[in-house]
Amino acid sequence: MPVTNLMTFNVSRMEVMDLDGNVDAGLMPDLSPEQVAELYGIMVLTRRLDERMLKLQRQGRLGTFARVLGQEAAHIGAAYAMREGDWLVPAFRETGSFIVRGIPVERVLQYWGGDEWGQHFPEGSRVLPVSVPVGTHMLHAVGIGWAMKQDRERVAVLTVFGDGATSEGDFHEAMNFAAVFQAPAVFLCQNNHWAISVPYGRQTAAASIAQKAIAYGMPGIQVDGNDVFAVYRVVRDALDRARNGEGPTLVEAHTYRMADHTTSDDARKYRPPEETAYWQERDPLERLARYMRRKGLLDEAREAETLARAEAEVDRVVAAYEAFPAPPPDDLFAHLYAEMTPALRAQRDALLAALGEGE
Amino acid sequence: MAEIPFTAALNRAMAEEMKQDERVVVLGEDVRAGFFGATSGLVDIFGPERVLNTPIWESGIAGMALGLAVTGLRPVAELMFADFFYLAADEIANQMASWHYVTGGQTPVPIVVRTAAGGGFAIGYNHSQCTEASFLNPPGLKIVAPSTAHDAYGLLKSAIRDDNPVLFIEHKLLYGVPGEVPDEEYLIPLGEAAVRREGKDVTVLAWSTMVGKALQASEELEKQGVSVEVIDARTLVPLDEATLLASVAKTGRLVTVEEGRKRGGVGAEIAATVMEKAFGSLKAPVVRVAAPNIPVPSGPAAEAMHVPSVPSIIGGVRTALA
Ligand SMILES: Cc1ncc(C[n+]2csc(CCOP(=O)(O)OP(=O)(O)O)c2C)c(N)n1
Ligand SMILES: [Mg+2]
Repeated sequence: MPVTNLMTFNVSRMEVMDLDGNVDAGLMPDLSPEQVAELYGIMVLTRRLDERMLKLQRQGRLGTFARVLGQEAAHIGAAYAMREGDWLVPAFRETGSFIVRGIPVERVLQYWGGDEWGQHFPEGSRVLPVSVPVGTHMLHAVGIGWAMKQDRERVAVLTVFGDGATSEGDFHEAMNFAAVFQAPAVFLCQNNHWAISVPYGRQTAAASIAQKAIAYGMPGIQVDGNDVFAVYRVVRDALDRARNGEGPTLVEAHTYRMADHTTSDDARKYRPPEETAYWQERDPLERLARYMRRKGLLDEAREAETLARAEAEVDRVVAAYEAFPAPPPDDLFAHLYAEMTPALRAQRDALLAALGEGE
Repeated sequence: MAEIPFTAALNRAMAEEMKQDERVVVLGEDVRAGFFGATSGLVDIFGPERVLNTPIWESGIAGMALGLAVTGLRPVAELMFADFFYLAADEIANQMASWHYVTGGQTPVPIVVRTAAGGGFAIGYNHSQCTEASFLNPPGLKIVAPSTAHDAYGLLKSAIRDDNPVLFIEHKLLYGVPGEVPDEEYLIPLGEAAVRREGKDVTVLAWSTMVGKALQASEELEKQGVSVEVIDARTLVPLDEATLLASVAKTGRLVTVEEGRKRGGVGAEIAATVMEKAFGSLKAPVVRVAAPNIPVPSGPAAEAMHVPSVPSIIGGVRTALA
């Protein structure tokens, strides 16, 4: 009995734009100059907002949150590839994706500010709120995908998660189900190389996250996650396949967490500075700017104008966030059951009475 | 005798046990760096084989700990947040809890699962719970919830030496709190409560952060002429019934105080026990001061409203006296 080769696999990686902003014409997605400018604007806004949120947190005006610095191309490029009717099922490091999907981003600040109302998005937005428990939301994404398929809606689900999340059983369960049932789901891993203090290589022995797709029977591809064109193109194709009934895809956006894990962390304690310096040269925003300068889409005036617009929007967002009224104490009880149980009503009344006495 | 923070007391307990018994190993997410600081530095002393940074897999951490235990190791596993007990619930409640029983005692299960519980950081419903009540029911587990650095040290050492799985509940708000920990080694046996304050009118039973609040409340009440006995349960399973029942026999009144939710809470179990065993000495129904049956809210103000406070404990005592 001879030993035969059962299967051979290839895992590919896509890059469209080099560090100087030169693009491969054959791979470049067909984005109009206006769309490129829009992407750039959202990336600038996201970065500015991230910086302002850090300031607010340090001033005690915002709770602990996860910064997105350095990962703008990955989660913004991906969300930009979505179409109307598609669902977004995020983790917690996707501030820019919310902006792309038209969510009033002051809600996201409200969430990190410790107000449950920050998880209420406009009716019909098909965007799930921030999900901090690592990995559990991927199962929700395949549930949504399967339901959409039953409804014969030609839409797809994009779910986003980190490299660390691929260690959770939920990731494997979700991938397996999606492939067997051909759920229209795109799994986007923002591989930022760290899960708090644990580096990529201590999370998985696989050379790429992308190759994990093979075992489940779905395509997997790695993309330069700091190249917004490559991310956009790969995710767009994957979403198209999903909508066309061709099943799920795993996309690994190879990127880097430039900031601390959250505002309660200090990454300098466990990360070598050379590593951060290496990725600094690959800054996704600067790379896009170089492309745009080459193409005559960006000059000093337009840059300043984009920045000013972003600043104004950040001001608006922060003002809107801080203007949200504190939720009434009654809120804690009002939304737990569709119809409040008698016992819960009694607890509510007792708490409100006690608060009243305290005044 | 030095004043050291709660985390340092835990750290010292683990370091000593690891030094004395090379079968003791530490595992969990980010334990080398030490997410809350309790395990920081252990890797420098004991090396990476004995201080294992695992991938992010809560059920795996608990399940793997059982595997380690079966080979004779004594794992101290960390689940970063007490809320994640639910992610590891099968391994905790079905597997490690039953193992001693299933093997007829042939295989000891010397596992400690440490976790950070409770509110105070305003990080919402899936990072702020006290979940210990959910694990009163599965047979085979022990549950420990210290209130001071002193007890954290002595109880953790006993937990590590125990041959059954111990859930070791550490409140996030206690981590930074310093307390006196004697330089010489000592153990605190599991199943022994501590009377923190003697009194004659009402017994208040609390654990973890609620002990401090109960003591504050009892000082207030003292000024109002009410004498409160405060018992720190320290261990919830096995519960020190003797100390509790003796106190209730003296005062005739009991108030339980817990940060977790009221329905199906620890207080419910204690109230039922006291009713069964000391009904005759009760002068009033047992009062449970606990959180309402709602998710832990994430806003600082709302969270503070949700967690039992000194005034709500005073209110509970007043109800018991009425
Ligand atoms: C189920 C669960 N386990 C652990 C944690 C604590 N935790 C929060 S974020 C994180 C690391 C996540 O790493 P990764 O998936 O790579 O995402 P990144 O933070 O890098 O974006 C951990 C361990 C959690 N929130 N939920
Ligand atoms: Mg990561």
